[in-house]
Amino acid sequence: MKTIQELEEIRNRTLEKISIRKERQGTRVVVGMATCGIAAGARPVLLSFVEEVNKRKLQDVLVSQTGCIGVCEYEPIVEVYRPGEEKVTYVRMTPEKVGKIVAEHVVNGKAVTEYTIGSIDK
Amino acid sequence: MEIFRSHVLICAGTGCTSSRSDNVAKAFERLIKEEGLEREVKVVRTGCFGLCEVGPIVIIYPEGAFYSRVDEKDVEEIVKEHLVKGRIVKRLLYEETLEKDNIKSLNQVDFYKKQMRVALRNCGVIDPENIDEYIAMDGYKAIQKVLTEMTPEKVIEEVKKSGLRGRGGAGFPTGMKWQFAYNSKDDKKYVCCNADEGDPGAFMDRSVLEGDPHSVLEAMAIAGYAIGSDQGYIYVRAEYPIAVKRLQIAINQAREYGLLGENILGTGFSFDIDLKIGAGAFVCGEETALLNSIEGKRGEPRPRPPFPAVKGLWQKPTILNNVETYANICQIIIKGGDWFGSIGTERSKGTKVFALGGKINNTGLVEIPMGTTVRDVIYEIGGGCPNGKAFKAVQTGGPSGGCIPAELIDTPIEYDTLVQIGSMMGSGGMIVMDEDNCMVDIARFFLDFTCDESCGKCTPCREGTRRMLEILEKITEGKGEEGDIDKLESLAKNIKASALCALGQTSPNPILSTLRYFRHEYEAHIIDKKCPAGVCTALLQYVIDEDKCKGCGICAKNCPANCISGKAKTPYVIDQDKCIKCGTCQEKCPFGAITRR
Repeated sequence: MKTIQELEEIRNRTLEKISIRKERQGTRVVVGMATCGIAAGARPVLLSFVEEVNKRKLQDVLVSQTGCIGVCEYEPIVEVYRPGEEKVTYVRMTPEKVGKIVAEHVVNGKAVTEYTIGSIDK
Repeated sequence: MEIFRSHVLICAGTGCTSSRSDNVAKAFERLIKEEGLEREVKVVRTGCFGLCEVGPIVIIYPEGAFYSRVDEKDVEEIVKEHLVKGRIVKRLLYEETLEKDNIKSLNQVDFYKKQMRVALRNCGVIDPENIDEYIAMDGYKAIQKVLTEMTPEKVIEEVKKSGLRGRGGAGFPTGMKWQFAYNSKDDKKYVCCNADEGDPGAFMDRSVLEGDPHSVLEAMAIAGYAIGSDQGYIYVRAEYPIAVKRLQIAINQAREYGLLGENILGTGFSFDIDLKIGAGAFVCGEETALLNSIEGKRGEPRPRPPFPAVKGLWQKPTILNNVETYANICQIIIKGGDWFGSIGTERSKGTKVFALGGKINNTGLVEIPMGTTVRDVIYEIGGGCPNGKAFKAVQTGGPSGGCIPAELIDTPIEYDTLVQIGSMMGSGGMIVMDEDNCMVDIARFFLDFTCDESCGKCTPCREGTRRMLEILEKITEGKGEEGDIDKLESLAKNIKASALCALGQTSPNPILSTLRYFRHEYEAHIIDKKCPAGVCTALLQYVIDEDKCKGCGICAKNCPANCISGKAKTPYVIDQDKCIKCGTCQEKCPFGAITRR
């Protein structure tokens, strides 16, 4: 038999798993997942984002994929769209960079300039 | 714990299952595995999304992409493009969600925009065979609140406050029913659920049971606590195999978690539920016949009073509510009776689920706030009649209800307004008719149904419905006589007054309401021997227009009855005595020379 507390644990645990099934209006994190992106290692990057967003219980953030963004040279590429702001493009992504982007940009609204496409040429 | 980055939701309701959604689901599972995505993408079989017309339906989150009419052969493209590369397969999206290459969210689509989901809140969202997902959506929170914070009196008070009325058809206030059963003192009481949905074209209850079975179990346990019962029965029809299966799974899971059975949540309250499978008699949807059937007797109604709340199952106090009524209870407990009472209109609170069928573009399941107009349901949500045909009427309440004609299309959907115009809320079937439907034929169809389903116990129903059907058949065969309408009306009046149960008492309704709004069609059949809609074949004639006929002979070659004759290049003639009125000649004539009249 389950106790009330156990029921609550099941509730929270499962809600985390299924919270993806709804329409979201907030920030969108889009990972380029065409052949070039996948070859350059976009999949672990995508999964790190999913994990990080769930860990922080960010309810209104959508982590999604897209096709080829166009600059295959810089893959894996990730674009972050915050509502009402210009999109920010991160390049040569690795799973290690994900935590910082979620913490500083997705949550606090401050883009991580050193990872962006703009910092490549410099 | 595993977090999946994407969920593929596939409708596993009866509608989509019959268009082979299970094969689609299996193909997804296989191909996802082949791509090595089985730890990233989860496949979930859900209940009904509502838009059955375009099934099988697949929704992929997080994007919320709504794929319609998905065939097994399309799955590979969706997996390779959408799930692997993130490119949504636009050609398979439900057209309405695609606007100038942008994907609209589902809530903006006409079909969903005016809907409000209370009873169907979890249908198409959770996996009905997984109790954890129900629990995540505040499942079993209501029973927890009831058992730890509320007295039985308080529960009944809250249900009364909500203004909830029975969703099975008659619209009796649910809280009052519970109060009566609470007031009846006895050592044993029963809580029953009527899942014997029998109206032609109605599938609201089936969808709730298939998509969210736990919501009914939880509500029944709450009812048990409120009236002081420890045993529930769900009477469900054998024709609903998926619903039966999911209910049984749900009951087993709830027992395993201790949410049914002895000492629920350690509070000392015990309640269990068993299934009773009905053999498919329509009359068993009538409450006293249903109780007889649970007891193992013939499904025949008993006279009331005593009402079931006083002497029901095995002569013990019993409440019997419909599936959709129960589906509202947990939300009322969690959000409060006032919240529920704020939806809908003064005398009809909350929402109502309807099964839209017949001559309508968006066949499916819709849930709307009470007070929504018939026009909104038919045109805004239902998308109007197919092929640009004119809307003629809609039948609500099935064989017990009546039709709402086009001129009353702005009527708000409420218990009382529908009764005033000669129809009824009913359990929620809505059969739409267009200009090609003959109203006499519709009345004949429903009478044929009730006549078949009459249990035979009382004479007015057993003999009376048969006589009414005979008169209607006579009229549709072109043998109607003057005075037939009067006979129908007097029979209807007498049967209404004298039949034992609601099946008989309401059986004349389809005749009375079609007579009320479409009397001229009856008269056309009887006096002019014409069927204005061109449905009753005995009253039709196919005629070749001499001026337009070029004498090609194509009609004669195609006629299956060999009743067209003539010489080449001169007008042909149809032998009316032999004609079987199949319409083939009209279809085949290249010059449009054949008319039906």
